[in-house]
Amino acid sequence: MATVSMREALRQAIDEEMARDDRVFLMGEEVAQYQGAYKVSQGLLQKYGEKRILDTPIAEAGFAGIGVGAAMVGLRPIVEFMTWNFSLVAYDQIVNNAAKMLSMSGGNFHVPIVFRGPGGAAHNLGATHSQALESIYAHFPGLKVVMPSNCEDAKGLLKTSIRDENPVIFIESEVMYGEKGDIPDGEYTTPLGVGKIRREGKDVTIVSWSKILAHVATKAVDQLAQEGIDVELIDPRTIRPMDMDLIVESVKKTNRLVIVEEGWPFAGVGAQISHDVMKRAFDYLDAPIERVTQEDVPLPYAHNLEIASLPSVEKVVRAVKNVLYVS
Amino acid sequence: MNEPITALKQPKMHSRLLGLSKETLLAWYDEMLLSRRFEEKCAQLYQMGQIGGFCHLYNGQEAVATGTIHAGNADDYVITAYRDHGPAISKGVDPKAIMAELLQKYTGTTKGKGGSMHLFDRQKNFLGGHAIVGGHIPLAAGVAFAIKYRNERRVCFCYMGDGATNIGSFHEALNLASLWKLPVIYVIENNRYGMGTSVERASAVEDLWKKALAYDMRHDVLEGHDVLEVYRAAKAAVEHARKTYEPSLLEIRTYRYRGHSQSDPVHGHYRSKEEVEEERKRDPVTMFSDTLKAENIINDEYLETAEKRIKRIVEECVQFAESSPLPPAEELYKDVYFESEE
Repeated sequence: MATVSMREALRQAIDEEMARDDRVFLMGEEVAQYQGAYKVSQGLLQKYGEKRILDTPIAEAGFAGIGVGAAMVGLRPIVEFMTWNFSLVAYDQIVNNAAKMLSMSGGNFHVPIVFRGPGGAAHNLGATHSQALESIYAHFPGLKVVMPSNCEDAKGLLKTSIRDENPVIFIESEVMYGEKGDIPDGEYTTPLGVGKIRREGKDVTIVSWSKILAHVATKAVDQLAQEGIDVELIDPRTIRPMDMDLIVESVKKTNRLVIVEEGWPFAGVGAQISHDVMKRAFDYLDAPIERVTQEDVPLPYAHNLEIASLPSVEKVVRAVKNVLYVS
Repeated sequence: MNEPITALKQPKMHSRLLGLSKETLLAWYDEMLLSRRFEEKCAQLYQMGQIGGFCHLYNGQEAVATGTIHAGNADDYVITAYRDHGPAISKGVDPKAIMAELLQKYTGTTKGKGGSMHLFDRQKNFLGGHAIVGGHIPLAAGVAFAIKYRNERRVCFCYMGDGATNIGSFHEALNLASLWKLPVIYVIENNRYGMGTSVERASAVEDLWKKALAYDMRHDVLEGHDVLEVYRAAKAAVEHARKTYEPSLLEIRTYRYRGHSQSDPVHGHYRSKEEVEEERKRDPVTMFSDTLKAENIINDEYLETAEKRIKRIVEECVQFAESSPLPPAEELYKDVYFESEE
């Protein structure tokens, strides 16, 4: 075991995969000379050179499309978005070209590419720079969506994503790059589509991921434990494919479900999980499923309003008590 | 398709014919005629309801695909927009498979999943058929990026309409292709109308080649009715790309005889019947046959037999397509995710 930061875990994943496969290259804004806006690519230019670590102009549609085109003919690009907010100007490239290429070409061309970068709110960045966009990408068949909540998974899932033959949306947390965690020594990968029970419990199931799991749900679970409420906490780790078997089995045990996510409520990831659980475990549910999401507003700048809008420990505790019918 | 580079070095038969062999010239003529007759058949089948969706025909623009694609080799890539039947035929995609695709059949180029606007053929290095205007222009730069990354000497041809030069992805891709010196040859097929909006009503710059100036990109502009003239310009761009990895932008002025798609009228609010009739006087297929006759490469008898031969090929395409099965139901869930190769 070694203790590393999230950015170091991600850097190791990229480094190891680039050493393993010379088809892998990294491009994005400020990834090379500047060493990465969030320093994930620190040192990689010096190790791999300008051919494989490429600074791009501010042209997301252009360089995302270059990634897709290069992947169609056999390279394995890692495209960094400085934040996922900026991916929206490359949305056409991701959802029309990357996601649909295999199907629309009848199997002629597939697109092994990773789009990665930080997502979600940080602090005081305003509405355009504070978005949790996993639901809009998870909507499209052909894409996979991966969201690690800790350093071990960040490295293992990124390595697997780079090796995957499909376009992978890899969303990191903007505020977790400096957080430290243990990672195993030596080579390891983490499978996509396999969730993890972070804490076993018998009273209520909480499903959450990424920063909201690490910063909000985990604290709520600890607080509830002190009140004698035993929560089972599930981290799906990948949003698509979603490990529904794990969630359904947990709900069959606890009979209660709360889904906690940073995105907005309407057509959010939790809405889909809620539907699937209703379909597969309707007779096991002892209470309507609760969701804790961001409030249904663009995220304001003022910090007090930010806090009011985002999921909080208090909101999660309240939701858990709601499904338990306790006040 | 493999011969053009050496063809230029062959003893010149006649300067007008750029030293191309008789076999090459006849093959190009047959190909342009096939493209023409194939598309005329498509129009018929569309009216009969056998071809669905949107169907954008290439009639009138044949010299562009033939003249440019044969300036490259079989291992060079071609990517284009939704008016893709002509470029596909020129790139050697089996016309039977194209017709089967149009008729929504399992034997089609993409098993009935792409349709008219999304033809693909991996074996022929034909990278589609793309229907979001401008969306494929960065892909071409990516293909060229891969060529350079692997130190290959291939090129990628990328076709677009005049309308696509106003969208952001065009400009981002041109900047990157020039900045990174990527061996892509961008071909603007300027047929004067983006659907029903003329160039001068859509672009602040009417000379579309001037857009290359903003990115310091090699460029050329030419009339696209004479296949030999198109070939000459494309050949220069290809040789430049092979030598330097640098891209080119070619504005090739051409004309489409039919409506934007088969759902649209040939003429109407945006262009007159007289204009279309006037443009048809410099038809690329007829112009080429006139040249070949004047140079004593072919005679009227050849033209007659070519017509018969091509007609038979088109009939065979339709027969093949009509007798092919629809995609089976279980195909629905295939090709959504690629199974791991590892």
